[in-house]
Amino acid sequence: MKAAVPAEIEFASRTALYLDGITVSFDGFQALKNLSLVIDEGELRCVIGPNGAGKTTMMDVITGKTRADAGRVFFGGELDLARLSEAEIVHAGIGRKFQKPTIFEQLTVFENLELAMKADKRVRASLFARLSGEQRDRIAETLALVGLGGAEARVAGALSHGQKQWLEIGMLLVQEPKLLLLDEPVAGMSDAETERTAELFLSLAGRHSLMVVEHDMAFIETIARKVTVLHEGSVLAEGPMEQVKNDPRVIEVYLGR
Amino acid sequence: MSAVPAMVKGARKPGMLPIGSIRFWLAAAAAFVACVLFPVLNLWVPAEHPLHLSSFWVTLAGKIMCYAIVAVALDLVWGYAGILSLGHGLFFALGGYAMGMHLMRQIGREGQYQSELPDFMVFLDWKELPWHWWMTDSFLWSLALVILVPGVLAFVFGYFAFRSRVKGVYFSIITQALTFAAMLLFFRNATGFGGNNGFTDFKRILGFSVTAPETRMVLFLVTALTLLGVLLLSHRIVKSKFGRVLAAIRDAEQRVMFCGYDTVHYKVAIFTLSAVLCGIAGALYVPQVGIINPGEMSPANSIEMAIWVAVGGRGTLIGAVLGAGLVNGAKSYFTVAFPEYWLYFLGAIFILVTLFLPKGVLSLARRGA
Repeated sequence: MKAAVPAEIEFASRTALYLDGITVSFDGFQALKNLSLVIDEGELRCVIGPNGAGKTTMMDVITGKTRADAGRVFFGGELDLARLSEAEIVHAGIGRKFQKPTIFEQLTVFENLELAMKADKRVRASLFARLSGEQRDRIAETLALVGLGGAEARVAGALSHGQKQWLEIGMLLVQEPKLLLLDEPVAGMSDAETERTAELFLSLAGRHSLMVVEHDMAFIETIARKVTVLHEGSVLAEGPMEQVKNDPRVIEVYLGR
Repeated sequence: MSAVPAMVKGARKPGMLPIGSIRFWLAAAAAFVACVLFPVLNLWVPAEHPLHLSSFWVTLAGKIMCYAIVAVALDLVWGYAGILSLGHGLFFALGGYAMGMHLMRQIGREGQYQSELPDFMVFLDWKELPWHWWMTDSFLWSLALVILVPGVLAFVFGYFAFRSRVKGVYFSIITQALTFAAMLLFFRNATGFGGNNGFTDFKRILGFSVTAPETRMVLFLVTALTLLGVLLLSHRIVKSKFGRVLAAIRDAEQRVMFCGYDTVHYKVAIFTLSAVLCGIAGALYVPQVGIINPGEMSPANSIEMAIWVAVGGRGTLIGAVLGAGLVNGAKSYFTVAFPEYWLYFLGAIFILVTLFLPKGVLSLARRGA
C-alpha cells in the first residue's frame, strides 16, 4: 500500500518535512489521498487549493491531531512524527497557527508569550518557573517584531482581530520552531497589516521553514516562491507561482472560478 | 524594555499581602476572630455571661470552614482550569471515612457491645476486622489514608478521563455517576463501613474526649489554620506559571497543547490536589460533627458544593470561602426557620447569582471598593 518515494523528489539531508503517501479518511470520505510533499530547510512554501482540498487535514496530520491511515511523516529527514504526541511534536520543533486565532483571551499579551515560550513545560517546572532576564528580552523582541510593542499588559481578548493573529504568530516564534505551519494567517487583516505580515514571513524564511496555507491570492503572490496546489486530497501541481498560475488543470479547479 | 518586567503579573512575592491593604486587614480580622475571640468567648467567658459563645457556634463555624476548604479546592479545578467536577463530595466523604475508621477504633470497648470491634460489626456477627481496617488504630496511618484514598482515586479516575479527552458536561456527569456509585457501595453493610448508618458515637480523638469544649476548640483552630494554609497554597499555585497554564487550558486547551504542554498532566495534577484537599476537609469535619454516613456522597451534595463556588465567585479563591460561608450560613438559618423551603431558596440563589452576578457575590464587593 505504501507509495514509493517519487523519483523526482531528491531526498536531501536538508529536508525539513517529508510527507510520504499520506491517506486519511473520515467515515469513508478520503480527505487526503496518497499525498506526498517535501519542504526544504529554510523554504517558504505556499499551499493553496479550494475548500475541502485537505489543507487543514494535512496540518492536522503533521501536528499529530489526526493520525494518518496510511503513509508516513518525517521531520528533519528522519524523525517519524506518527509516534509522537502533539506536545512532543511541538518540542521537536513544529509550531502551528490555527485558521481562527486561538490565544488565551483572559491572559495578558505578555502572559500569552510567556506560556508559549520555549522552556521546560512539565508540571513541576511550571510550578517553580521564573522568567530570566534573557527570556524577558526575548519576549520584548518578539512583541516588537509582531507589532505589539507596548501592548504587553493588555488582556489578549481585547485585541483587534489582526492583532490576535499577530499575537498567535508571536507565540509561535517564541517557541523557536524549525518549521512553522500557518493556516490562513492574514484572514481578517487590513491591507496594511497584510503587507507587514508578508514582510515578516519573508524575513523569517531562511532561519525557519514555513508552510503557509492561504486563500488570499494577492498575499500569496507577494510571498510565494514555490507553490503547491492541493485538490481533493492530493497534489495537483507544484512549482513557481508563474508556472502554477498558468497550469490549465489549476485554472480549471481553482483559479479560473 | 524597562517597562516590561513591571507588567508581569505575579512579580510580587506570591502568598504575601501588602500590609495596609484592605485585604490584609480583612485577613487579620478573620485571624483575630478565629484564633482569639472564639477561644476566649467559648472557654474563658462563663456560660451564664451574655458574651459566652456556646459550643454550638464553634462547631457550626468549624463545619463551615471545612466546607470552605472544599470550596477553595473546587475553585482550583473549576474556576481556574475550567473543569467542573460534580463529584467532590465523594473525596470529602472518603477523607471523612478514613478519619471515621480511626475514631471508631478509638472507641475501644466502650461501645454498646463492649467489644474491640466497632458495634456495627458485632451486630453483623463479624469476628474480625476486614482487611481494609488494617492499621486504622494508628493515627498516622489514618492520616495517610485521608490523603492517599482520595488522591489515588482522583489520580486514576482523572488520568483515564482526561486522557480520553472527556470534557465539559460529560466530565461533570461521570463525576456525578462516580459519587453515586460510591454511595450505593457504601450503603451496603457488606462493604464494611457501617452501611447506611455510617460511623457515629465517637468517644475520643488522640485520647481526648471529642465532646469536651477544649477538644472542640482545638479542632476548630486546626481547621482555621488548615483553611488558611490551603488558601495560601492555592494562591501560590494560581499565581505561578502552572496557574496561568491552567487558565490557558480553560480558555483554549488546544493552543496549550500546541504550545508543547501535555495538558493531561496538568489536569490530573490539579484534580488530584483538589481531591486531597477535600479529603483533608472531610477528616476535619467528622470529629467536629460526630457522624459520617453515605449521605455525604449523594450527588446533590456535590452539586451544592459547586453552588458555593458559583455564589462566591469562580476563579477568585476568597470568593469560594465567602460562598461556602454565605450559603451554609443561610442553610443553618433556613433549615431551622423554614425547613421545607430551603431547597427552593438554594435553587433561587443559584439562579439569581447565575443571571445577575455571573462573577459571584465577590464582584459586588469589588465594584463597591
